[in-house]
Amino acid sequence: MEKDQYKGWLYLLPAALFLAAFLVYPLVDVFVYSMEEGYNFASQKSYGTGLYNFSYVLHDPYFLQAVKNTFVMVVITVPLSTGIALLISVGLCSIEPLRKLFQTVYFLPYVTNTLAVGLVFMVLFKKTAYSDGLINMLINFFGGESVDFIDGPHAAKMFVMCLYIIWVVMPFKILLLTSAISSVDPNYYNAARVDGTPPFRIFYKITLPMISPTLFYLIITGFIGAFKEYSNAVALFGTDLNSAGMNTIVGYVYDMLYGDSGGYPSYASAAAIILFTIVLTITYLNLTVSKKHTYY
Amino acid sequence: MKVVLEELTKKFPNRNKKAGGEVVAVDHFCFEVPDGELVGLLGPSGCGKSTALFMICGLQKPTEGRIFFGDKDVTDLPPEERGVGIVFQNYALYPHLNVLKNITFPLENLKGEDKLTKEQMREKAYEAAKLVQIEELMERKPSELSGGQQQRVAIARALVKRPKVLLLDEPLSNLDARLRLQTREEIRRIQQETGITTIFVTHDQEEAMSITDRIVVMKDGRVHQIGKPQDVYDDPVDLFVAKFLGTPPINIFESRVSSGKLLIGDEEVLDVKGVKDGDYTAGIRPEGFILDEKGALSCDLNRVEVMGRDVSVVSENDACSGRTLRSIIQAENKVDLSKKKVRFNLKKNKVFIFDSDGQRVRIG
Amino acid sequence: MKQTASKPHNTSAIIRKAITYTGLAVWALMVLFPFYWMLLTSVKSYSEYNSEYVPKFYASSPTVQNFLDAFSTVPLGRYLVNTLVFTLITTAVMLIVVTLSAYGFARLSFPGKDLVFTLFLALMMIPNELVVITNFVTITDLHMRNSFAGLILPSVTSVFYIYLLKESFAQVPDALYFAAKVDGTSDLKYLWKVMIPICRPTLITVGILKVIECWNSYIWPRLITDDQAYFLVSNGIQEIRENGFGRENIPAMMAAVVVISVPLLVLFLCFREKIMAGVSRGGTKG
Repeated sequence: MEKDQYKGWLYLLPAALFLAAFLVYPLVDVFVYSMEEGYNFASQKSYGTGLYNFSYVLHDPYFLQAVKNTFVMVVITVPLSTGIALLISVGLCSIEPLRKLFQTVYFLPYVTNTLAVGLVFMVLFKKTAYSDGLINMLINFFGGESVDFIDGPHAAKMFVMCLYIIWVVMPFKILLLTSAISSVDPNYYNAARVDGTPPFRIFYKITLPMISPTLFYLIITGFIGAFKEYSNAVALFGTDLNSAGMNTIVGYVYDMLYGDSGGYPSYASAAAIILFTIVLTITYLNLTVSKKHTYY
Repeated sequence: MKVVLEELTKKFPNRNKKAGGEVVAVDHFCFEVPDGELVGLLGPSGCGKSTALFMICGLQKPTEGRIFFGDKDVTDLPPEERGVGIVFQNYALYPHLNVLKNITFPLENLKGEDKLTKEQMREKAYEAAKLVQIEELMERKPSELSGGQQQRVAIARALVKRPKVLLLDEPLSNLDARLRLQTREEIRRIQQETGITTIFVTHDQEEAMSITDRIVVMKDGRVHQIGKPQDVYDDPVDLFVAKFLGTPPINIFESRVSSGKLLIGDEEVLDVKGVKDGDYTAGIRPEGFILDEKGALSCDLNRVEVMGRDVSVVSENDACSGRTLRSIIQAENKVDLSKKKVRFNLKKNKVFIFDSDGQRVRIG
Repeated sequence: MKQTASKPHNTSAIIRKAITYTGLAVWALMVLFPFYWMLLTSVKSYSEYNSEYVPKFYASSPTVQNFLDAFSTVPLGRYLVNTLVFTLITTAVMLIVVTLSAYGFARLSFPGKDLVFTLFLALMMIPNELVVITNFVTITDLHMRNSFAGLILPSVTSVFYIYLLKESFAQVPDALYFAAKVDGTSDLKYLWKVMIPICRPTLITVGILKVIECWNSYIWPRLITDDQAYFLVSNGIQEIRENGFGRENIPAMMAAVVVISVPLLVLFLCFREKIMAGVSRGGTKG
């Protein structure tokens, strides 16, 4: 059995080939693309190398709009979704009856096609000629003015956008947080209760430190995910995100690559690299902070 | 089928890469297992006994040396062509297959003219199951069996191909004490019924002593002694073997020899003619003590443990390693507990002396 | 004394319970409401829907017409079949590729294994958005746009699933392998007869997670297909939104959304425990 050691490589071969072709080579290539100035997709030629692509992208108002949108989404959705998920998970872990049912319901958005359900949100929030939509009815009921959330003011669109993102990312966070909270050794709670520690203090001094690794994991992946936001925006506002003013950085990359405004893989590559420089920086900052505050 | 090992050696690259070099797991192992015998490879964990077993069954390739089954050199043959059956320490039953399928699994790999029909496989499986008395369990999954039953299934699976050599790797160590006694009798019975040459790896000397025809005592890859269990016990070649065999263990003393007398402390305890003067390590088996008020060796009496037929006298002596020594005497001998001192004479054939390298020095 | 002392404690506990249940119910409602609205709208007739200035929470005369429209006016059936084919082939091929390499890493020993495994793990850090650009060009150059090959090929390996499966394989005791070897079992047969049956739960989890991922995939199919004959449901629903039905037919659109959502919801309800356990072990979304 020792003589045919090299048979092992045979088992890895399919995976290695696919990974080389669709993961390693493209990773190198994206940097090459980003440096090729004026690369033409049709003739496959470029006239020089340099940083022009980056400078073009950074001066493109659409890109700046996309960066602004993405940052707003990140700043709003990550803390809100994590916070609400934490509240819900704590609530969920404190009850016995109906717990399974709630857990099942809360998980539903994870298994839905977000492009499809986005349309439901659109229908709920959209103001059309013959109906202001359900949400506006509610706003009117409480004495507010109808707003067009889908084609109206930017802030309104951003509101629906963030609401939908939170709706979509909650299942994952609730699932991880509930399993983290319920795996805390109950003896810690028993000990604290014997000492007469009030519930809030128990949460703050025991639960929170014990689940801090999961919490930071969720915050880090939450940031990364939110920076890569794209298909949820398409779900609500359609494929022409630039004219809706709701484009994201990833959306900008794809628009540069393909579609009516596409055909510029060099700009797309430059934008993608800028995006991941941002993501890496934020992740690095997150990790530094989490090292300081994670208890083990 | 006799099994012959010639200069069998296995070296592994050192795990600690910085240290470099090689670890010799088995060092020039020479041995001939006579046909139909039950042989125990005995030694502390890490002594290379399992590596030797794996080389015999073909799972590991020796670095040097040859292995013969009968007159046939099997060193370069893959395991399935050697005709061996093996039982692992944790039995290695396939958890997703029932007992019957576990036992027939080896038969499914037979090819060409050896290929069996489903019916034949079943028949052979029941034959093997009958031998180990598990016919009623054939439809169960391994998780539904007790440890002892799993053990039997593993043996049946190893026997179903009618191997020429049966290998057992610590087969009893996962069983509780009572079951262990029972199972080792069982292994002896099966081995004698089938007459298969069997090699048995264990770190438990009692286990090895009780059922084997022959034991091989190993340490750090080297064979220290080979022989019939009683012979090895009565006549160990070195300090390691003397210490490894026997419960309660042998008592070890710092001693010296001066003009043909063995001295422990300042007391002359035994005539040892022909042994050169100098410092020695003396080992005295627990049953080597004779209670005698005028005995040569005096010890501080500690306590007496009555074990029915025998009495175990626990006493202390400064020259004894660990201070406490344990002697076993017949229960008829009354020990006067009121006295602080107890004196012994020694049985000459139960006293072994070893030089500073731990090698046995024969007494004249 | 004791009675009076514990009483306020009890009341506050009850209040806390009430608040907890209310909060949980509110979020459950927020999760479920879009599903309800989608179902409700899908059974309202076109005229009924458009005549309601104030949307009603019930359908006065439920109809299946919208579902018929969704299948006849737009090629929803085609999209579903495409997605099914894409999902099944991708999952099947991926399971084979991933199982083989996980087995290679877990069971076989060969020089350089640890180094290669570390390299594999490092690949997990590469974000899809970076490599999609070149993959788009590669598939275009291979003239595989608008083909199942182009859709499937880039997503048949997943380092993460290799890792997950390798962990599971590694838990099978070595002795089983040795026992099988002594009986002359080949590596491949051992994988098929012993490893795969023992690790079936993990394989099922991986398979289900991949099915969910495939069913919902949008970005790559959008890049690589512009022929409706190869659209998957995600692109199909975008197409329906932008050009479907010839007019804005919200009920029919919702019917399409229902049809697209139902298969995964059924899958989820069947394999609830498995999916949730699998996701908490390693799914990511959001």
